[in-house]
Formats: sequence, structure tokens, C-alpha cells
Amino acid sequence: MSFLEIKALTKRFSETTAVEDFSLTVERGEFVSLLGPSGCGKTTTLQMIAGFEQPTSGSIILHGRNLAKIPARKRGLGIVFQTYALFPHMTVEQNVAFGLEMRGIPEPDRRQKVAAALDLVKLSHLAKRLPKAMSGGQRQRVALARALVIEPELLLLDEPLSNLDAKLREEMQLELRRIQQEAGVTTLLVTHDQSEAMALSDRIAVMQSGRLMQLGTPFDTYETPKSTFISNFLGKTNCLNARLVSTTGTASTLVINGIEVSGPSVNLLPGDVMASLRPERIDIVESSDGHTEAKVLERIFLGDQWLFRLETKLGELLVVRRNRGRREAEPGENVFIVWQPEHLQILPASRESA
Amino acid sequence: MKSPQNMKPWLLSGPAFVLFLVLLLIPLVMTFMLSFNSFSFYGGIEDVYTFGNYIEVLGDSYFYEIFLRTFLIALITTVFCVLLGVPEAYILLRMRPLARSIMLLVVLGPLLISVVVRTLGWAILLGNNGVINELLQSLGLITSPVKMLYTSGGIVAALVHVMIPFMIIAVWAALQRRDPSAEQAAESLGASPVKVFTRIVLPQAMPGILSGSLIVFSLSASAFATPAILGGRRVKVVSTTVYDEFLNTLNWPLGAAIAVLLLASVLVIMLSWNRLIEKRYTGVFE
Amino acid sequence: MISNGRYSLLFNALFTLFMVGPLVVVIGVSFTPTGYLEFPPSGLSLRWFAAILDNPDFIDAAWVSLKLGIASATVSTIVAVPAALAIGREKFSGREALQALFLSPLTVPTVVLGIAFLRLLSVLELNGTFVGLVLCHAIIITPFVLRLVLSSVVGMDRSIEKAAISLGASNWTVFRRITMPLIMPGIVGGWVLAFITSFDELTVTVFIVNPSTTTLPVRLFSHITQTTDPLIASVSTVVILFTVALMLLINRFYGLDRLLMGETK
Repeated sequence: MSFLEIKALTKRFSETTAVEDFSLTVERGEFVSLLGPSGCGKTTTLQMIAGFEQPTSGSIILHGRNLAKIPARKRGLGIVFQTYALFPHMTVEQNVAFGLEMRGIPEPDRRQKVAAALDLVKLSHLAKRLPKAMSGGQRQRVALARALVIEPELLLLDEPLSNLDAKLREEMQLELRRIQQEAGVTTLLVTHDQSEAMALSDRIAVMQSGRLMQLGTPFDTYETPKSTFISNFLGKTNCLNARLVSTTGTASTLVINGIEVSGPSVNLLPGDVMASLRPERIDIVESSDGHTEAKVLERIFLGDQWLFRLETKLGELLVVRRNRGRREAEPGENVFIVWQPEHLQILPASRESA
Repeated sequence: MKSPQNMKPWLLSGPAFVLFLVLLLIPLVMTFMLSFNSFSFYGGIEDVYTFGNYIEVLGDSYFYEIFLRTFLIALITTVFCVLLGVPEAYILLRMRPLARSIMLLVVLGPLLISVVVRTLGWAILLGNNGVINELLQSLGLITSPVKMLYTSGGIVAALVHVMIPFMIIAVWAALQRRDPSAEQAAESLGASPVKVFTRIVLPQAMPGILSGSLIVFSLSASAFATPAILGGRRVKVVSTTVYDEFLNTLNWPLGAAIAVLLLASVLVIMLSWNRLIEKRYTGVFE
Repeated sequence: MISNGRYSLLFNALFTLFMVGPLVVVIGVSFTPTGYLEFPPSGLSLRWFAAILDNPDFIDAAWVSLKLGIASATVSTIVAVPAALAIGREKFSGREALQALFLSPLTVPTVVLGIAFLRLLSVLELNGTFVGLVLCHAIIITPFVLRLVLSSVVGMDRSIEKAAISLGASNWTVFRRITMPLIMPGIVGGWVLAFITSFDELTVTVFIVNPSTTTLPVRLFSHITQTTDPLIASVSTVVILFTVALMLLINRFYGLDRLLMGETK
């Protein structure tokens, strides 16, 4: 039996269905992200686990305990809210001690645990401060310490980094991962930021319209998305309308925009499909040598890499190229492009071109 | 599970609701009913129901004049509050924080000081031997005192003083939500300060001006202390008339009828004004 | 930030004169050594302040006003805080009607409220009693308390309460330790504004007092309508100074702009 088992969880509001038939198991110590665009039901799922929303049907079992009849305050989960939800009238220390106080933990014990938690998030020197006198990153750590100090069986993080600026967010990602591993706490993260989910989690659960679409490690999800929606949501990609002509055990043949292209073997019937090709998998070369011709329409310098927009017979393609400190093709120049057939992802055609 | 959830808001607001039911709704209904009773000098209030009081008020040019005067005073007061309050609110918003907090005390502070005391100040200023007349005479601008006390003009001056903080608050609330860089943008596009004010600031202040005008108008139309002190028996308005009917003539039913008419006209004006605002501004400034 | 030009500052100066002038005149007049109103006073004398002490009428009335303000502001706060919690955070049918009812004393002309209260209290035979005054004042000032408490209730991040619940706090603990302290500024601000409003109230009160429960504004009013003498100016000066002191206190701890205009930056 897994540590956390969510079975067929469903939540209907009067007119909409927020979460439908959502099942997920999480092992002890694992870090799992619920990833999806806003309105995909990820926050509602979190609220149901936390006990702030009642499921319409389905069950949540944590460490063998069915949470259904247990009120939020008795679930003993650590929650970090998007707004941090620090108690503005209490000092950092008082904020962190609150949960221990509710558990009736005696003063000396309490002080020691608070000190340890603040040490873990490296805020011991600010123990007497009020939240309003702190930066966003520091408040975030207080919220984390407050949630962790009660030694929760499960830590729930609701978009914890969305209120931080880009640079700080990256730092906090590393920090969050370190703290989670040091505390060894099973963690569920809700986020709409794919890079955050990929950086932090052991596994990612991608949600769309209240349903679980794909579950897997960040690498697998990125490399073998099950739909164009997921492939678009996790990183950039070139999506091309294609027709699958034939597929064998080792390879397949497709026609894109009248051009025949080979791809990997795929478990789909011949007909209309979508072909997805990641920009970083396309290489720009100078020799023609049977490669596809392309013309540079635009290029953007991003520091560590270049982003090209190319016009080809297949259609317009985005190409990302690592900056190697050399001259790169300029707009108007003709170049050639090449990719490995197995990097072409063949996905079922979807009506919605996400 | 369900019913206690539904009961909670009513339990919470129950005490306030009972208080308002017993002390506001019931008395208002009683007053409404009182306005249909009749009164005789010897018999007092008679428990009959007639439209007599309303016929008396609506058929008498004496009362017409009082109602007309009341609403004219309220209207002119409102106009002055807009003309003075809107620029002042804008000036306040552009002040540096320290100067602004001091000026706010000066501008809003009087709101908290008793209306009787503020009106006393105006009585001293406006009297025939008052400060303004003495000053004008010593400057040789006039030879004999100008009558200001016991005139509608004097009442308007004092009412503007009493009501203008409400206008400033309303305009302030509308303007502080604005993005000040819009004014800088207009300036960078070549707009003069006057143009910036009329084309950029004023339209954004409009919802505040409209709601402020409504507050000022309805409070002025029902003001009592200021017209009672500065107008006395000579310049009567609706509220002072009601006061006299109740506490001097003791004709409560007639006083109640006048009061009901005042309430009705204020409500009609408020509702139609609100409808006008909603029509013009729905969604635009959300 | 665009700053104010020369004409704006001139306008502001004249406006300040307009706002402060009448109050300065009252204060100035009260220091006159003569027996009549003169401004500027020909000398500085405290004789009219000493005269207040010989007029127990005013002192008694001031006590009534003080007690009335405290009692009615407290009654109003006790009923308005739970009502604000219901209106501010629960969804229920009748919510908007209830809010309109609680704010209605702001729209009904005060003179109408005055005669309505007079009618009720005379039926209940409570006319002129202190209890009657307290209850009627509570009605008039509840909108002020409700508005300020409501704005702090609505402005509160509800996930703060959820955080407390998730840490194991019971409903009562959440209210006592989290909700109450966070809406306290609204409650205190509302109480103070209610107190001042009650302390200054004239129009309603004038209908429902009797000689033993006469409040300070009513006393001043009936005095002014008969005669204006330096005594009335000195009493008014005391009222002004008392209000200004209270105002500075609020400004220090709560912010006058917040009190009168709701949440501002």
C-alpha cells in the first residue's frame, strides 16, 4: 500500500466539474507535482487533500488513514499557501510556534523545535521580526518552517514560488529541494510553472480540465508526452500537422506538408497525426548533403543560446542553438537543418491546437 | 450539515437585525401611519386615517416655498462643493506625504467637530456686527453692514464648509486608484496642466464627483443644525419646519407628513441619480 | 510625480483659510475679556472659561454626552462586528438587503429618524431616558462601525485562517488568535468614529432628550438659538480642543484618512 492514495477523486460544483476521477499514489518521501494551467483542477485537488473542500466522491487515504471524516485541523498536514498566509501580527518565532502550541507541546520543547526549524530554513537571525519587515523570499521560508515544524506526514505546497521574482525563484527551487530532502517529508506541489515542476519533483502529474493526463518522471514526461497539449505545456515545441503513412516495428513514414519524413515506430493507425519536434533537437548545418533547406526569418540572442525562426518546406520552425561564441546565421541567410528521426514525436491529432 | 451552515450568518447578524427592526423599521412605519392621523388643537392626535395632512402640505404655497428653498440650497451647496472640492482633492493627492497628512487633518478634521460649533463660527463671521462686515467696513468697501446672517446665502456658505469633506473623500477615493503616470504620459505628449486636468484627471474623478454630489445633496437637503442656527424662523427649510411642527406647534401628524415627503423626495432623487450613474459608468471604471 | 504649481498652492492656502477660519474665530472670540463677541479679541482673558465652571448645565450635558457616546458606541460595536463577519464572508440570500438595512441610517434624513425615534420612545414611555438615547444613537452610528469592520474583514487574506486551521487550531482559537487581532484596527477605528458621531449628534437627539438627559450639542444649540455670547464660544473651544486631541490620537494610531475614507495607500 502506498503512503498516499488518492482514488477516483471527483469534485463537482453546482455547474462545473472541477476534478474528475483523479487517482494518484505517492510513496513516502516522494516529491510529486500537480502541473497544469489555471482552472485545471489542481488547486481544488489540493484543497480536498487539505480538508478545505469536501470531495463529491472518491477517497484520500494517507498512511492507511481515510481522511474523509477528519476535519482540516486534525489532518496534521503542513501547508504552504500561495500568499504565504503568515500571521501578520505575530513574529517569525510566534508564527512557527503556533502549530506546536495547538498541539500542546510544552514551552522548552517548543523553543527547541522552533529553533531547529528556523535553522533548517536559515532564518535563525530573524526570529523576532514581524513578517511585514521581511522580503518575499524570507516570508516564503517562514511559511515553510511553520509548515514543517509540526512534522507533517504530508507537505502541501500551493504555488509557493509564484510571488517571487525570476532570479529568487531559481534560488528558492534549489533551497526548497534541499529542505524537502533534509526533512525527508512527502511533498505534493501544485504549480502552473513547468520549469518549477521539472526542477523539483520526482514525478509530475499533468492535469487538464480536471483530469490527470500524464504521470511520470520529469524526463519521461518531457521526452515522451502523450499529447500535443502536454508537449506544448512542458517547454517549447514545433507542432506540425502530419499524415502517418505507415509504421513498422522500427520506424514510420510520415508526410508533412507534402514532404516525406521518417520518424520512430509508433502505436497509432495511419491517418492524420501531429508531429512534434523540440527546437533544441534541430541542428543547423552549412552543407546541403541531403538536409532540409531553411531560410532564417528572425533570430533572438538569449545569452546562453540563440533562438531562430526558420522558414522551411515543412512550415515555420523554431530552433534553439547553444551559444558557442561563434558567428551564427543572420536573417535572410540560407542554412540547412537536420534532426534524428527518433526525436520526432508522433502524437494523436487533437482538435484543439493548443 | 446543511442547516447550521445556513443559520450561521443569521445568528451572527441576528442581534443587529433585531435592533434595527425594533428601533428603525417599526418606528418608520409608525411615523408613516402617524402622517395619516389628524390633529386638533384641543383634542391632540386623533386616531383617524385621512390624506388631510398631505392635501394641506401639497396645497399650500407656504410649504411649496419651503421645499423649493430647501432643494435650491442643497443644489447650490452641491455645485460649490464640486467647484472647490474637486481641485482641492487633486491638489491633496499631488502633495508630498508629510504635507498631505497635515492637510488631511485640516480638510477632514472639521468633519469630526460638532456641526453646532462649526455653525457658530459662521454665525460670528456673518453677523451684522460680525467679523466679515467689520472687516469690509474698516477697509471702506461698504458703508453699512451687508445682511448675511438669516439669509439663504449664509446657510449655503456654512453648508459648503460642513459638507465639502464628503466631496473630497469621494473624489479622493476615485482618484487614488488612478495611475499617475497617465498624467505624465499626457504631459509628454504635449498637454498643458489645464488640459491634463480636464482631459485625464477629470474623467477619472467623475464617478467620485457623482457619488460625492449625491451624498452632499442629500445631506444638505436634510440638514438641520446649520439652517436652524443661521436661518432661524426667518429662513425656514424642511427639517426646521418639521422640528417646529413637532416641538412648538405640537402638530405631530402634519410634521410627520412633511417628513415623509422629505424622505420620499430624497429617496427618489437618490435612486434616479444612482440609475444615471450606473447607466453611464457601469464597467468603465471597474 | 507631478507636483503642484503656484496657483494650486494659492488655491490650497485659500481653501485652508476657508476650512480653518470659522474655527479660529470661535477660539479667538472665547478669549475676549469683554462681555460681548469681538474678533480679534481686544485682550486675552480666561474669564469665559472660568464661567463654564459656574454653569453646571454645560458640565452636566458634557457628562451625558460622554457617557452616551461610550455606551452607544459599545452597543453598536457589539452588534456590528458579528454582522460584519456574516456580511463580509458568508454567502446567503438576503445578504445585500441586510447590508442595505444596516447602512440605511446614512440615507434616511436625520430629522425623519428623529421623529421616528420620538414616536417609538413615547409609545414605549422611554422618551427622554438615557436607555432610549443609547439605543437610538446605536442605530445612527452602526453604519460607521459596520463599514470600517467590513472593510477589514473583506481585506483579510482568508488563507491566513486556513493556515491556522491546518496547524490544528479550533474555530474558536482561530477567531480569538487570528481573526480578532487582524480586524482589531477596524473595530477600534469603528468604535472611535461611532463615539465621535454620537458625541456630536444633534438632529436626532434634539427630539428625544428631556432636561435631565440633555446632551452637549443640544445644550449648545438651544443656547445659540437664544443668544450668542462669549460663554458659548468658550464651551465650543473646549469641544474643538477635545475633538482635535482625539483626532490626533486616531491619526497617530490608525490614520485619519483610513478612518474616514476606508483603506487607502
